[in-house]
Amino acid sequence: MKRKKAFRFFGRNIELFTLSLPAVIYIFIMSYIPMFGVVIAFKNYRYDKGILGSEWIGFKNFEFLFKTETALRITRNTVLYNLGYMALTTIAALTVAILLNEIAKKWLKVYQTALILPFFLSWVVMSYITLAFLDHDNGFINSWLASAGMEKIQWYFEAKYWPYILNIVHLWKAIGFSAMVYYAGILGIDGELYEAARIDGAKRMQMVTNITIPQLTPLIIILLILSIGNMFRGDFGLHYFIPNNNGMTFATTDIIDTYIYRALSEIADVSMASAVGLYQSFVGFVLVVVANFTVRRFNEDNSLF
Amino acid sequence: MLAKPTQAVWSQLIIHAVFILITIVMLVPFALVIIISFSDEQSILHNGFRLIPDQFSAKAYHYFLKTPDTILRAYGVTIIVAVIGTCISLILTSTMGYVLSRKDYGLQRATSFYVFFTMLFNGGLVPFYILVTQILHLKNSIWALIIPGLLSPFYVLIMKGFMSKIPTEIIESAKVEGAREWRIYMKMILPLSKPALATLGLFILFNYWNEWFNALLFINNEQLVPLQLLLVRTMNTLDFITSRPEFATAMVSLNVDMGDFPKTSAKFAVAVLSAGPMLLVFPFFQRFFVKGLTIGAIKG
Repeated sequence: MKRKKAFRFFGRNIELFTLSLPAVIYIFIMSYIPMFGVVIAFKNYRYDKGILGSEWIGFKNFEFLFKTETALRITRNTVLYNLGYMALTTIAALTVAILLNEIAKKWLKVYQTALILPFFLSWVVMSYITLAFLDHDNGFINSWLASAGMEKIQWYFEAKYWPYILNIVHLWKAIGFSAMVYYAGILGIDGELYEAARIDGAKRMQMVTNITIPQLTPLIIILLILSIGNMFRGDFGLHYFIPNNNGMTFATTDIIDTYIYRALSEIADVSMASAVGLYQSFVGFVLVVVANFTVRRFNEDNSLF
Repeated sequence: MLAKPTQAVWSQLIIHAVFILITIVMLVPFALVIIISFSDEQSILHNGFRLIPDQFSAKAYHYFLKTPDTILRAYGVTIIVAVIGTCISLILTSTMGYVLSRKDYGLQRATSFYVFFTMLFNGGLVPFYILVTQILHLKNSIWALIIPGLLSPFYVLIMKGFMSKIPTEIIESAKVEGAREWRIYMKMILPLSKPALATLGLFILFNYWNEWFNALLFINNEQLVPLQLLLVRTMNTLDFITSRPEFATAMVSLNVDMGDFPKTSAKFAVAVLSAGPMLLVFPFFQRFFVKGLTIGAIKG
């Protein structure tokens, strides 16, 4: 009886299962096998001995990591930068989206295109643009400073400027796409709400504060919570290419992701890189689950899973 | 009554002024890079980068047009990777998305969890690096650029959301007529999902085009350097291009001394040549990029 049932289940689902098989195998190889690789964090990994052959050392890698100042520095940088990007981009993009909604269609397209253009650049290309501005000898800003009779600044060597530079560069690249998302949200608001407000004699500004922003709130909150879930995942490209991987500015530019990359490719300390990676994955996992739980309590339809 | 329209006109003017300012801020960096690439080397050395240099010069481009091999090869690698990657990726994404959109599939919940758990937890960079280099042996292979980006759970989610809206009656009636699942997928689901396929295809193509991380990790072979890695390598020094034998030969045939080579403007010319063409193409599809987020009205 049971076997017959199992057989029927098999027969009914085998075709769809086969259809999903390539993707299932792909995910197994690319995502699940590496999950077992986290054991490297508890070993003294050597290429010649392989994962299984390397010696177990327990939590030594983590002990070492948290004894140095590095762990604190990269965690603080990662979280603070993400908070900064989140706040700046949300406020700026919302403002732009609300203003876009106020202007005539024919101009809209021009502004939209200009806004979204940087979105299509990779961080590598972006690093050329920042170099054009910040290069010590020839940079746009320095040659302007020089012609104004001021001292040139060694941008790539001074850590104190980088929090501003990175936030500005990030905003410049991200504002367009983010504004489009909010603008699409505004277009989705029921037009009758505005019509009714107009009949009641509401001013433009009142419509923004009483209709547009409250109607967008769910979207804003979802996007915010999603980015809180990603608080531990830094933007490698931004923090690696824009400061040009310069050791002089690591105090304010180094994040978890760039540290792991350097530990792996430059110092070749595989176990340490893996320990930092596991630390990042684990805290990231907790944050995503907590964030999703929060969304679900707030509004079930908007939770991710 | 008369005061109102003037007030509206004023606020319109202010909003336009704000946007014109924003547009300038967005466009000046592009202009600056392009102008530097067309600046005369001597005027850069004297005055630094300017929006209006003392003297324009297309010399930097002149050299690359004479010896286009390195840049053309990088274009070739990028195009091959992007096209093959996008095709395979669309197949994987759409089959998985479709299977997950079928509520009557017995393993739907299990498969769903299997796919989306990878969004929550991953092994991190090191196990991934060891997998690709030690187990799959893809170091210095073009597949190292293609395979890692083939399937994103996020795109599966979008695809699934879109396909869930296809009425189940269509699938039911096809099954009554005895059609096999893969036939239903090929003949009905794929044609009906064209908007989602086009949008996601564009996203994936764009991601492959701008991909540099895997190249940075896995590619040392000069023959396999894609555009973005070419840019990474020319950032600090132009040696990658200028030390090639073809280049030296061309220099001799052009009868120029290496000392005259416009190093600074050439660097920016490489950036313009690499990023320029795509920057002319992608903005035409900008609405698809925004639509991509809403097309599936995501819900897991």
